[in-house]
Amino acid sequence: MSVAEAPHRALGLTDPEYDWICELLDREPNGVELAMFSLMWSEHCAYKHSRKLLRLLPTEGPRVVLGPGENAGAVSVGEDHVVAFKVESHNHPSAVEPFQGAATGVGGILRDVFALGARPIAILDSLRFGELDTGRSRYLFEGVVAGVGHYGNSIGVPTVGGEVYFEGPYEHNCLVNAMCVGLARRDRIIRSAASGVGNALVLMGASTGRDGIGGASVLASAELEAGETEKRPTVQIGDPFEEEKLMECCLELLDRELLVALQDLGAAGLTSSAAEMASKGGVGLDIDVGLVPLREADMEPFEVMVSESQERMLAVVDPARVDEVLAVCARWQTGAAVIGEVTEGGSLRVLAGGEEVGDLPIAALVDDCPLYDLQPAEPEGWIYGNRRTLDDGSPEQTLLALLASPTIASKRWALEQYDSIVGSRTVDRGESADAAVLMLPEADSSIAVAIDGNGRRVACDPYVGAVEAVLECAANLACAGAEPLGLTNCLNFGNPEKPHVAWQLQRSVEGLAAACEALSIPVVGGNVSLYNETPAGPIYPTPVIGMVGELADPAAVAGICLRDGDAIAVLGPFSPSLAGSELAKQRGELGPGLAAVDIAAAEAAIATVRRLVRDGAVGAAHDISDGGLACALAEMAIAGGVGARVDLAALVARAQDAEAALFGEGVAGFVVTGNRQMLEGIAGTDLVIVGEAGGGTLELSAGDLSLSIPLAEVEDAWRSLAERVDSAS
Amino acid sequence: MTTWGVIQFPGSCDERDAVLACSRAGEARLLWHAERDLAGVDAIVVPGGFSYGDYLRAGAIARFSEVMEAVAEFAAAGGPVLGICNGFQVLCEAGLLPGALLTNERLRFVCRQVEVEVVNAETPFTRECEPGERLSIPVKHQVGRYFAPPEELERLEREGRVVFRYAPGQNPNGSLGDIAGVANDAGNVVGLMPHPEHAVDPLTGSADGLKLFASAAKLAVA
Amino acid sequence: MLIRPKEGILDPQGKAVERALPALGFDDVSSVRIGRLVELEADSLERLPELCEKLLANPLIEDFEIQPVQAPSPDA
Repeated sequence: MSVAEAPHRALGLTDPEYDWICELLDREPNGVELAMFSLMWSEHCAYKHSRKLLRLLPTEGPRVVLGPGENAGAVSVGEDHVVAFKVESHNHPSAVEPFQGAATGVGGILRDVFALGARPIAILDSLRFGELDTGRSRYLFEGVVAGVGHYGNSIGVPTVGGEVYFEGPYEHNCLVNAMCVGLARRDRIIRSAASGVGNALVLMGASTGRDGIGGASVLASAELEAGETEKRPTVQIGDPFEEEKLMECCLELLDRELLVALQDLGAAGLTSSAAEMASKGGVGLDIDVGLVPLREADMEPFEVMVSESQERMLAVVDPARVDEVLAVCARWQTGAAVIGEVTEGGSLRVLAGGEEVGDLPIAALVDDCPLYDLQPAEPEGWIYGNRRTLDDGSPEQTLLALLASPTIASKRWALEQYDSIVGSRTVDRGESADAAVLMLPEADSSIAVAIDGNGRRVACDPYVGAVEAVLECAANLACAGAEPLGLTNCLNFGNPEKPHVAWQLQRSVEGLAAACEALSIPVVGGNVSLYNETPAGPIYPTPVIGMVGELADPAAVAGICLRDGDAIAVLGPFSPSLAGSELAKQRGELGPGLAAVDIAAAEAAIATVRRLVRDGAVGAAHDISDGGLACALAEMAIAGGVGARVDLAALVARAQDAEAALFGEGVAGFVVTGNRQMLEGIAGTDLVIVGEAGGGTLELSAGDLSLSIPLAEVEDAWRSLAERVDSAS
Repeated sequence: MTTWGVIQFPGSCDERDAVLACSRAGEARLLWHAERDLAGVDAIVVPGGFSYGDYLRAGAIARFSEVMEAVAEFAAAGGPVLGICNGFQVLCEAGLLPGALLTNERLRFVCRQVEVEVVNAETPFTRECEPGERLSIPVKHQVGRYFAPPEELERLEREGRVVFRYAPGQNPNGSLGDIAGVANDAGNVVGLMPHPEHAVDPLTGSADGLKLFASAAKLAVA
Repeated sequence: MLIRPKEGILDPQGKAVERALPALGFDDVSSVRIGRLVELEADSLERLPELCEKLLANPLIEDFEIQPVQAPSPDA
């Protein structure tokens, strides 16, 4: 059978899946229906390879207001507010067109949050590119940063934090994960379940074009001339101005209690939004594609149903309130049209000018997609490459090389392209602070938010690496004195049908589940992005964790600045190792295996730091991460503009290796500073005083290794990223 | 008590922040772009953001809105008007302020805390400052490079209508003469690229911007 | 209608493109200026200069040029 005879294959459905659809319908689907099935049963919508695994994650907690399954998760803050948040990937679109891919990624995650009735108050991003020394990586990096900034800056939501890693395995498959945090009054949040037979379905926002139809274009009717398909853009273009009006309009509609339900349009467009809303509400829907405002004439019904045009929302409205709704939309200059209604029964009927062109049971679309068991198998040895870029040299040379590596170096070049202050909530914490802090005066509260995920370490050990990602986020929050309320995750992996990728995915989710259980942090939502691989191989397995925590007093939050005369201590059961470290990467010595993690001990250290910061007992607190203690101390010295003298003998004893004491990585390590007597009085966890801040030189010694570098030279290395990006282009 | 009006265009971003800042020096309310009624306010802020998406040219469409006709009349009658960032661009496009704002020299958006020097401490928005005083205020824009033809520039300098200048070495966008803000002929209309409404709380970085709002509040009460 | 930066106004977009050209082997190209192209349909050319001056271009920093593609027909 040729592809022309089997459109379902061209749409990504397997033969057994197609047979199953025919059985569910008791007939063959027509073109419109097949297009809808192909998208609803895609990995992206149906989570067919991950849904079973995700059941491992804990989703309940005392502060959870909305868990997985809604547009975004939400936790309670203050007396009567909720913070809604979610992270989502836009990897493939960004690899095709970095600026628009990243921009529409931000636009999509913003819609997820205001679809709940929450006003977006912050964006964070987690980005992965190939090594910065290739032109393609620089092109993607520059385009993605500009795109994230363009959308957030234009719509007036601050981009308050994020992280960027540059690693070879992302060269042909960059990752763009965007997280949005929103704030709502608890009694104002709205769900997406459609209800009320006879209620109107209102499509709001931009008109519908042929955006993102891509694969489904094989369904174009034969009458279409050959060249016509080229008119279907696969790149979606974002329009933040349209979205800002749409956002303000939706928030006003909700404030005036004019909507019954609200849902954004994302992947698979109207099909997915309508089916999800109907499925959650246990109702049916009639949609007339002839009533959908179009950007291009003569679009076919299937095109309207699967179009991924941006900046659109779908609402259920009491017919008696439709005129009021349309008037609010007009005031905001945002498009709106009644395109259908809620019906009895469980069918999604598609009409074109009143004539039925498709009729599908919603359960079949949403619930009946076959789920697949993974066939995991641990790979033998290291499946990724190794590249030696750093020769053995003096400890000075090693530290400067680590600080200058794009992953560790200052990201000011990128951060300055983001409006981080609009909204008047962002507490100024300097560029190296571990988490962003946002004030919520209306809720009489403040939150800290962080996003993290080190794919390289997950590649070394998917279970331990995933545990570390959760601990790292919690540690970042602790440095701001914040207690975790919930987390969201984006699981970026390769092809799950391959046993080694299945193993990475399974072990990672098991690690996430173990860490979340141990720390009592519920998972309130997330996203899965699979098939991130090219003929060159899969990406590093990259679970990205976004975490939100609450704190009492933003004025009490410690920074990371060293201050002249302060004692410096290492806190926590930190036992550094070079395995999976930035230094091991630069030396081309990566391989499988990370040291096991004692989650309970790590949690105790995190709790201690949180308490110290809350009590104002430490001058600075910084989590030890990429590049180890030497890099953490360098960042603190640069931030404070003062040098330090530090002896890491105690760490050498723990690590059994002088170099690992300086540059090794691991969890549960913090640098805290302050008055010496006060630090000595801290009980209940491992704490060793290792030195003192002062002078203009960074002087570190560890066993038989020592280094001494003028602070200015340290800072130059750490600030070298801008030059590397700009001079090359 | 001074009553502030903050204009809201489709695409404004900083209007709520401007209301918060103005509220520290009086009462503040939003004025919708499609209404001509200024509701008897004492002072007006045209805030930052991306009015009408700024797709044509920053501020080019906003200047034709109904509310801007009323703002022009208010300004002609001597009312204090402060244009911030996109609001500065709108006032320039509307001809209420001299010059134009061009894309930053380095083409990119830049969000950064900068030192701004008060050159003219006699405008309604700078009376609480000393001449030469430095304020720490953030900038955040992609189109903020101040331009005026040489003879106009010379006249602005001569007449003391350069109100704010970036401190030496801090010009973030390539503005001519390091100009960060200017005034109209009469001195009652002032525009600047830095965002004083984002410098009203030490926790968010600085409280130096409060002086601009306090200046106009004292004036309106006097 | 073509809208371009006035003579003498720094055009960083144009400069950025110009700087990239030698690396691509275009050594003999210079004076790159980047502007905007606005396409529209109008029954008459008469008021278009006014439209340009008022909205599409900022006469302080931009020049404009109107290029009719096809003369408007009386019964259009």
